[in-house]
Amino acid sequence: MFDIVFWVLAAVTVGAALAVVLLRDVFRAALCLVLLFFTIAGVYITLHADFLAVVQVLVYVGAISILIIVGIMLTHEVWRGNPSGKLRIPAIVVGLLLLGTLVFSAVTTKWQTSDVPPQEPTTAAIGASLFGEGGFILPVEIAAVLLLAAVLGAIVLIREK
Amino acid sequence: MTLLEQFQLWLGSIWPEWAAYITPAIIGVVVVLGFVLTTVIIFIYLERRLLGRFQIRTGPNRLGPEGIFQPIATALKVLLKEDIVPAKADKAVHWLAPVIVFAPILLIFAVVPFGKGAIFTDLNVGIVYVVAISSLSAVGIYMAGWASSNKYALIAALRAVAQMVSYELPVILSILGVVLMVGSLSMNQIVESQSIPFILLQPLGFVIFFLGTVAEMNRCPFDLLEADSEIVAGYHTEYSGMKFALFYLGEYGHAVAYSAIIATLFLGGWQGPLLPPIIWFLIKIVAVFCFIVWMRATLPRLRVDQLMAFAWKCLLPLAVINLFIIAAEVLWLPESMPWIMVVLNFAFAGVLILLWSKLFTLGGGRVEV
Repeated sequence: MFDIVFWVLAAVTVGAALAVVLLRDVFRAALCLVLLFFTIAGVYITLHADFLAVVQVLVYVGAISILIIVGIMLTHEVWRGNPSGKLRIPAIVVGLLLLGTLVFSAVTTKWQTSDVPPQEPTTAAIGASLFGEGGFILPVEIAAVLLLAAVLGAIVLIREK
Repeated sequence: MTLLEQFQLWLGSIWPEWAAYITPAIIGVVVVLGFVLTTVIIFIYLERRLLGRFQIRTGPNRLGPEGIFQPIATALKVLLKEDIVPAKADKAVHWLAPVIVFAPILLIFAVVPFGKGAIFTDLNVGIVYVVAISSLSAVGIYMAGWASSNKYALIAALRAVAQMVSYELPVILSILGVVLMVGSLSMNQIVESQSIPFILLQPLGFVIFFLGTVAEMNRCPFDLLEADSEIVAGYHTEYSGMKFALFYLGEYGHAVAYSAIIATLFLGGWQGPLLPPIIWFLIKIVAVFCFIVWMRATLPRLRVDQLMAFAWKCLLPLAVINLFIIAAEVLWLPESMPWIMVVLNFAFAGVLILLWSKLFTLGGGRVEV
């Protein structure tokens, strides 16, 4: 059952990703990006990572996509579509190189798999490893301070006086 | 184990696996759809009659006894209207937007507990799932606003983005207070741990959550997205016929869904003496909805700057303070004496709300640009 679900999700994800790159209408490309975020949340669910899936929807679909679309709405003459630049051929070359590297490393790496059944309530485990003893509490707090600094910086930058 | 899971297990013993997997899902969707449609029709009638009462007039009372068939007639009228799409609209997005506004409501009901075990799936991330899914309808609203190629619709879409992002923060922070007390994100456990409803234990959290959700479902006094005196009908200006009906359905469906969530989180869900759980739950949903209608009938619509200031300067700091108070109480107060917490929290809520209403005057009514 999960196999069928995975392949459907994978097909939609790849299709949406291609549409993001290929569509000339920027707004539709952004909507395809939202679909992409959503199907990736679906992939997380098939991996029994339910908390991660929900946070993916909350952060990417609920917040990041809204910011992207606000950016599009406030862009000058956006309805003319994506303007074609001079860097089209270099971009294709770099993109193909990156794709080749990723595919090569994904195919040649020996991915470790475990026979342990997935943990059922993942939330408590994630919380314990983030904030618990010997966990990632220091990186979490550093990230929080960094984000706070970024927010303050943004406020200082846009202030008129 | 929920009723639907038991049904799935029983089905699995006689049917092949995939059929046992899909059939309960289809049954669940049909049941939710039926529930949402019937409650929406009842709520539309209820709201129109109540508004009539509030405004000292009768309201619709012609069709059937006390006008109970009026919402059906309204629905038929809306469905039979011509579907008009603007010539310059982005057709596909214009078509898709109402669906994306409506679909999340059905998804929310997947985790709403109607009784002991009467929940479609008791996700262990239940309440975060609700928050995540309900943020989806914002995508539908800005799709509608953009695709209509209408300036009022676009303004409404921008307002939608600002409003939904700002009010999501206090809502999530006030949910955290509940989660701290329960120690779980599952909707079932949230209901079961409420021997005293959380409205008594966390009055301030309830007020913040209630105002935040009313803002998220775009109802008066926070209905700036469709403020007809400013921007015609907002994001659904260019919609008619069936698509408009879906938006209308989505609006009331959101009211039903959020009333259910408020009842679950703060009013003790399906718990109650004597009557069966489902009846208690429906009574609580209707009570919350009537309160929302009362707010709509009483309060004038906020201005855009007041709306944003209310979210950022009033609700957000209060929500943070509320979270700190709840965390300290959960940590230090003994669990055996919850009534101390009730008294303490009501005192805190009263003092804080009074304090903020003194601080929060917004330029003495002047418009500051």
